[in-house]
Amino acid sequence: MKQMIKFILNGEPVELEIEPHLTLLQLLRDKLELTGTKEGCGMGECGACTVLLDGRTVNSCIFPALEVEGKKVMTIEGLTDAQGNLHPIQKAFVEYGAIQCGFCTPGMVLSAKALLDESPKPTEEEIRHGIAGNLCRCTGYLQIIQAIKAVSEQ
Amino acid sequence: MEGSMKKFDYLRPQTLEEAFSLLNQHGKKAKLIAGGTDVIVLIKQKAMMPQVLISLRGIPGLDQIRYDGALKIGAMVTHRDIEKSEVIRKEFSALTDAADVLGSIQIRNVATIGGNICTAAPSADTATPLLVLGTQVKIKSLSEERTVPIEGFFTGPGETILKKGEMVTELIIPKPLPNTGSAYSKLQRRLALDLPILGVSVLLSLDKGTVSCSDMLCTTSPISSILHTMEKDELTCKEIRIALGVAAPTPIRAVKAENLMRGKKISDELLEEVANTASVEAQPRDSIRGEAWYRKDLIRVLVKRMAMKSIERVVRPEETIFPERLW
Repeated sequence: MKQMIKFILNGEPVELEIEPHLTLLQLLRDKLELTGTKEGCGMGECGACTVLLDGRTVNSCIFPALEVEGKKVMTIEGLTDAQGNLHPIQKAFVEYGAIQCGFCTPGMVLSAKALLDESPKPTEEEIRHGIAGNLCRCTGYLQIIQAIKAVSEQ
Repeated sequence: MEGSMKKFDYLRPQTLEEAFSLLNQHGKKAKLIAGGTDVIVLIKQKAMMPQVLISLRGIPGLDQIRYDGALKIGAMVTHRDIEKSEVIRKEFSALTDAADVLGSIQIRNVATIGGNICTAAPSADTATPLLVLGTQVKIKSLSEERTVPIEGFFTGPGETILKKGEMVTELIIPKPLPNTGSAYSKLQRRLALDLPILGVSVLLSLDKGTVSCSDMLCTTSPISSILHTMEKDELTCKEIRIALGVAAPTPIRAVKAENLMRGKKISDELLEEVANTASVEAQPRDSIRGEAWYRKDLIRVLVKRMAMKSIERVVRPEETIFPERLW
């Protein structure tokens, strides 16, 4: 039986009826057509589907959609400002070549945001720890770490 | 890979009573879900096919950490909350070690400690710290409440003493004796998102009321030198608990090894013997992550190392902030 759900998505209130077995990832991509969030492994191991839930990172592919009731969800689409300008973390990723195929990037950027919101001047060790839940098969991580470091020094 | 799941109903009770009555009403068709980082994966793998999931997330009070004489951790407390808790870091360090290496931050933000022990994997990261810390598990049903030592909680891989209609609501950990340190080591191939090849926890209490190392020797020297100094000071081990994960069908205490050490003068030689005994006591199996002989060998190494780290944490509590040093 479908259930009503109300939450804040990228700053805007959302209210809709959904099937109870949906994951948050299915809700975002299939029902709300926000395809910035990617499905990698689908088992909570790669972090490609990372979104922010009340400011904390979660793997949306194994998170029950109904549990976002009353909470704030931020996806990669919510990171740009009203004029569509990229967030400083996104700019730094572009500048430092921290993106190759791009599949891990939305999740990686949101993990970086959660890290910097909590600890604005992280050490390299803390950056590595902060993005340990996001696999990247292209960059070797160095450029990603440099980009996050650069943002923290701005 | 494909993200679709077999359909199920998803119920969100707002009180414990409501959760129990739903559990009784739906019986075997229902499964409790805490964070869901195990349950949803099992459903996706078709290893579990409940018709109804009963979520405990909306029930108030289960997600609190309180410290009033004893440490009380609600079943719905996340690993991330444990990792960030200062009181746990200072007084119950082995649990911080475990919370900090489970899965990834994304997993730790969601996965709960109650879920971790109820899934009852032999590899559960929090199981061995909870064993050495002397944890009591509070279990409730609609009409009853009981508290059991965690030693008796696990009955097999994925199996616990929980009966139909029961759930874990809280973990109660007594305040440690003075001069107590504890530590957990997870042997794994990657630094994140891995299950342990082996998990080893040790808790050690020293008998001396004034253990301090204000002299230069203790602040700069390796722990092996401190151990040597302790030998000369004839320091006694008042209490020791050793727990092993992935070393038997359930997480276990290495009781014979503990008995060798309890009440004895601390020495390097005795620690070696204790670690050897723990290794002999363990019954690991060959598995895809590691073979039995390798696990046995590493139990010997890690039991000694975690005993030394526990001692170091008594002597140099500030070291608990960065527990990564190896020796």
